[in-house]
Amino acid sequence: MATEILMPALSPTMEEGTLAKWLVKEGDTVASGDILAEIETDKATMEFEAVDEGTVGKILIDEGTEGVKVNTPIAVLLEEGEDASAIDSAGGNTGDDAKAEVKEETKAEPKDTVPADSPAASSPAAAAPKPPRTPDWPEGTETKTTTVREALRDAMAEEMRREDNVFLMGEEVGEYQGAYKISQGLLDEFGPKRVVDTPITEHGFTGIAVGAAFGGLRPIVEFMTFNFAMQAMDQIINSAAKTLYMSGGQMGAPMVFRGPNGAAARVGAQHSQDYAAWFMQIPGLKVVMPYSAADAKGLMKSAIRDPNPVIFLENEILYGRSFEVPVMDDFTIPLGKARIAREGTDVTIVSFGIGMTYALEAAEKLAADGIEAEVIDLRTIRPMDTDAIIESVKKTNRCVTVEEGWPQGSVGGYISTVLMQEAFDHLDAPVINCTGKDVPMPYAANLEKHALVTTDEVVEAVRKVTYK
Amino acid sequence: MATRKTSDTGPAKGSNPAPKGSNIPADELKHYYREMLLIRRFEEKAGQLYGMGLIGGFCHLYIGQEAVVVGLEAAAEEGDKRVTSYRDHGHMLACGMDPKGVMAELTGREGGYSKGKGGSMHMFSKEKHFYGGHGIVGAQVPIGAGLAFADKYLENGRVTFSYFGDGAANQGQVYETYNMAQLWDLPVVFVIENNQYAMGTSVQRSTKSPSLWERGAAYGIKGEEVDGMDVLAVKEAGERAVKHCREGKGPYILEIKTYRYRGHSMSDPAKYRSREEVQKMREERDPIEQIRQVLLSGQHATEDDLKAIDKEIKEIVNESAEFSKESPEPALEELWTDIYAKEAPQEA
Repeated sequence: MATEILMPALSPTMEEGTLAKWLVKEGDTVASGDILAEIETDKATMEFEAVDEGTVGKILIDEGTEGVKVNTPIAVLLEEGEDASAIDSAGGNTGDDAKAEVKEETKAEPKDTVPADSPAASSPAAAAPKPPRTPDWPEGTETKTTTVREALRDAMAEEMRREDNVFLMGEEVGEYQGAYKISQGLLDEFGPKRVVDTPITEHGFTGIAVGAAFGGLRPIVEFMTFNFAMQAMDQIINSAAKTLYMSGGQMGAPMVFRGPNGAAARVGAQHSQDYAAWFMQIPGLKVVMPYSAADAKGLMKSAIRDPNPVIFLENEILYGRSFEVPVMDDFTIPLGKARIAREGTDVTIVSFGIGMTYALEAAEKLAADGIEAEVIDLRTIRPMDTDAIIESVKKTNRCVTVEEGWPQGSVGGYISTVLMQEAFDHLDAPVINCTGKDVPMPYAANLEKHALVTTDEVVEAVRKVTYK
Repeated sequence: MATRKTSDTGPAKGSNPAPKGSNIPADELKHYYREMLLIRRFEEKAGQLYGMGLIGGFCHLYIGQEAVVVGLEAAAEEGDKRVTSYRDHGHMLACGMDPKGVMAELTGREGGYSKGKGGSMHMFSKEKHFYGGHGIVGAQVPIGAGLAFADKYLENGRVTFSYFGDGAANQGQVYETYNMAQLWDLPVVFVIENNQYAMGTSVQRSTKSPSLWERGAAYGIKGEEVDGMDVLAVKEAGERAVKHCREGKGPYILEIKTYRYRGHSMSDPAKYRSREEVQKMREERDPIEQIRQVLLSGQHATEDDLKAIDKEIKEIVNESAEFSKESPEPALEELWTDIYAKEAPQEA
């Protein structure tokens, strides 16, 4: 019976890809392990191998086709003795329920929210009042739709062009072009001296990078994920963060530690932790966690220039999402300044990084019921723009925080403390912290979904604090 | 792997045909004597001030190990860098940092190198290219390689000395660093100050591998064992190591066999070794006594010359002690400074 060959999911977060090249043609005989095609994902170009043997009966998707959804039939394979007439009957084989389900369970992201006041904004979620925003760039500036991934790469490239002593080091940043393609093209432009592939040795190369910073360079250390930075925690905290103080101001570690942080999709407990609250506690560190591509770019450029060690927490799911980024020669956003992502009067929702997805979604849902939420994107967790939160709470008298990290010792917990101490008389309800559940991340798709914070939980929390 | 083992067979009063040090100018020999004596007397004074309650917390004395840093500093050039652990007073004095500033840091005063905010274990000097003063065992090893990474990147021809003890030699990050230092040909000398005890645990109780420097062979790094009680032997080995690095051949390991007379820190029960062992080392191998004998027997100096040096050192150390007592405690505002830099640091 003829078998349909389906577009494969080649990474945990892949939903679609480009069928870059067919390496077989109709009529070719293939065996298990033969390379059928090259498929380009948001992360890399990968070879796609045959699982079954047979003859390529028909190619359904031409090479060069972009945006091919996972599980779309791309070719038909005929078994021995079958001819092309069997192709029509192949349909019965496509259902592959398990795979289809996986796809459904993959995080369904809302369409990216474009800053509504930017000229190029197509304002996809514009049912609600247009959210005014803190202007990060002059009115009328041309913008370009850019993914977070490209924005990060562009920021590093611009800073490397600007300053010879900036270099990138980490696992697979060079020849592999970045495990998540963030450093794509940098090796070609800057060469192996400045785009340094390291062995898998986080503790060691982080220490070397700290020493290089002491020695006058401006390292950018990429952790393939921040989970691996745990191996290097001593160098980050004891060596990078504390030296300026211990030396009485004589020397410090101007450098950036960056990489994806928090849950991706279905990668299990050891690869799915949000470290914002951990790093937030350390005097001497700055901690940045951007949501949009514009913030990713502007904050990354500032982080690289900052004379202190900066923890830059990215998110794998956000990498592929597009936002408007201003076209400017040198676009930077200062560290330590929050952004009002949406203005409102009834409640203040504070979030950062991917948490903004839930916060903004919840705000839209609430608006439909007449509850206008003000959404604050912290952008920098340390130093934290608590003034912005307090100002907003003085207006709304209610606050809900949203993050994917764990509840005990959370970023939201700290915000609650600040509000208790500095805005107690302005609060009409207890602050509610919406967080990830207090469990290691499970693998099963349904459990993982529930382990993370959800938009419904944010909506529910807002209803509680607004008594509506 | 070509390696070399220098003699570590005891005191200088051996049976060499030419008297030891006879080919070295008298001033140079006197310089070693003077530098080692400065460290010894400084540390004795620090111990005394600790006993008087003027120095708090940890205080790791360098007494017995003086030949290591004095020998290696003699092999260094201006601009070369050094980084070490928490047993760091000797390194700072040997690289020319002001004894007053070091002692005042020990007493936690404003005049200390870190304005009193670092303490015994955490001092730095950009001017003297001294990068600390690190309290986590082994953490300074990749930092040293990182300084060398910067030097290679900047193509400035400098070499870094990354000091660590026999205890740190069992930390994983040391071997991560060996691997990368050799991979990238970093100009770093890994100096293992093997004083035979990691706190109270002897090398024999820590590892079955016969020598620490030979572990570098697994990464292709050359090295050698050196008699760390003989300042001249240390200097010679240091010159070989520095030459190797400066020629762009990558890192080099020196395992310098030395001995610490005092406890690990100030409250050491001293149950892990015998009094006789310490006494024997002091009497037979003492680095200062050895160079003193070279000076006198080779007629490079008279007893009176050496007495004059002793007196000069005593004055320097007393001055540093006085300064460390008189310098005020840091202003309370200092609690809140130096947490974040406002401007990019300028490399000296």
